[in-house]
Amino acid sequence: MVTVREAGLVGCTRCGRVHHMGASACDRCGAPLSSRDETSLQRVWAWWWAGLIAYIPANLYPMLLTSTLVSNTESTIVGGAVELFLHGDVGVALIVLVASVVIPIAKFMAIAFLAVSLNKRHIMGEHAQHRLFSVVEFIGRWSMIDVFVVAILASLVRFSVVATINPGIAAVSFALSVAFTMQAALSFDPRIIWDDEK
Amino acid sequence: MEEFAGVPLDELRACPHCDALHRLPGHIRSRAKAVCGRCGSVLIAPRNGAFTRIIALAATALILMVAALFSPFLDLTAAGMHSNASILDAAMAFSQGIMLPLSLAVGAFIIVIPVLRLLLILYTLVPLVAGRPAAARAPIAFSLAEALKPWSMAEIFVIGVAVALVKVAGLATVTPGPAFWAFGALVFVTVLQDSFMDKEQIWAAIDAGRVR
Repeated sequence: MVTVREAGLVGCTRCGRVHHMGASACDRCGAPLSSRDETSLQRVWAWWWAGLIAYIPANLYPMLLTSTLVSNTESTIVGGAVELFLHGDVGVALIVLVASVVIPIAKFMAIAFLAVSLNKRHIMGEHAQHRLFSVVEFIGRWSMIDVFVVAILASLVRFSVVATINPGIAAVSFALSVAFTMQAALSFDPRIIWDDEK
Repeated sequence: MEEFAGVPLDELRACPHCDALHRLPGHIRSRAKAVCGRCGSVLIAPRNGAFTRIIALAATALILMVAALFSPFLDLTAAGMHSNASILDAAMAFSQGIMLPLSLAVGAFIIVIPVLRLLLILYTLVPLVAGRPAAARAPIAFSLAEALKPWSMAEIFVIGVAVALVKVAGLATVTPGPAFWAFGALVFVTVLQDSFMDKEQIWAAIDAGRVR
């Protein structure tokens, strides 16, 4: 397989058109051209750290504030799942736990793993890395589901003094964390994965 | 390397995922796919009459969005008490105090960005289907529509509604209103529309329809 770079050319990552190496912008779609995005990994790490830092308050502060006639409860992400579990809703508790704890952490690990193990072929082959990257890229945005659930619950459960749900500040940091990790995945130049294949 | 010697650049394509160099196949049947021989990514997947269908589906999606925004969304009943929320209410759930930016982001993810993408796609494709030259800013419009794709989260919102309904199911009765069904249909139409979108086909049409 000949790569565009080996042929002395540069490919547009937006529309696929091929240009001579010296071209700076694609003449079909206008995208800036670069044979490899040299700053890709720096940006991946910057967004990765931003996402990880935002993920900490997302777990420490409450996601939902529930007030009823008799009580006021603040629940964090994990606390909410534990509550559901104690309540007997094991299935829902597991879904919440997987969606808001397991997947985000797996995503952080997968991006870091890709960035560290890039071109270290004894750890992982190109095809496996390519697939892992596709999964991370695909799944990233779905974490936003938690923020939407909070939005729907808070806008729907409004029985004045009897029962009200309000959003907690953790929703903001959770949303930021998801957006930052999406940016981390989007900053990745997957062409680098294949550079040492021979 | 020799196989590409002397081939005009116009007839070559790069895989955006792995940088493999390909020769543009002459003609690809409708519903057939050109797949990268190195990484397996789908590069070209044309469909007959794709543009007309995309335009029809985008127009449908816009109408459904308007219907979803201006009709009742969810109604909650518990112990004789009523509460209801529209889609805008859900977007504005974080509007108190310092969480306001999150409300704007949620509104963008579920309403503004999906609508903007539909408009950009219509702006790009309508002149091409009508046989007129491509719109002056078609390359920018279509690039923006593609860049916004990951941030258009209407389908995630629909699954979020389902999860929220499961959460309150034990405590209250939820009645979905017309907006709920309209929004669900909108997601279905959008997924269908995306299945007709072939980047190579659209970029080639923009390029061919450009006034030089």
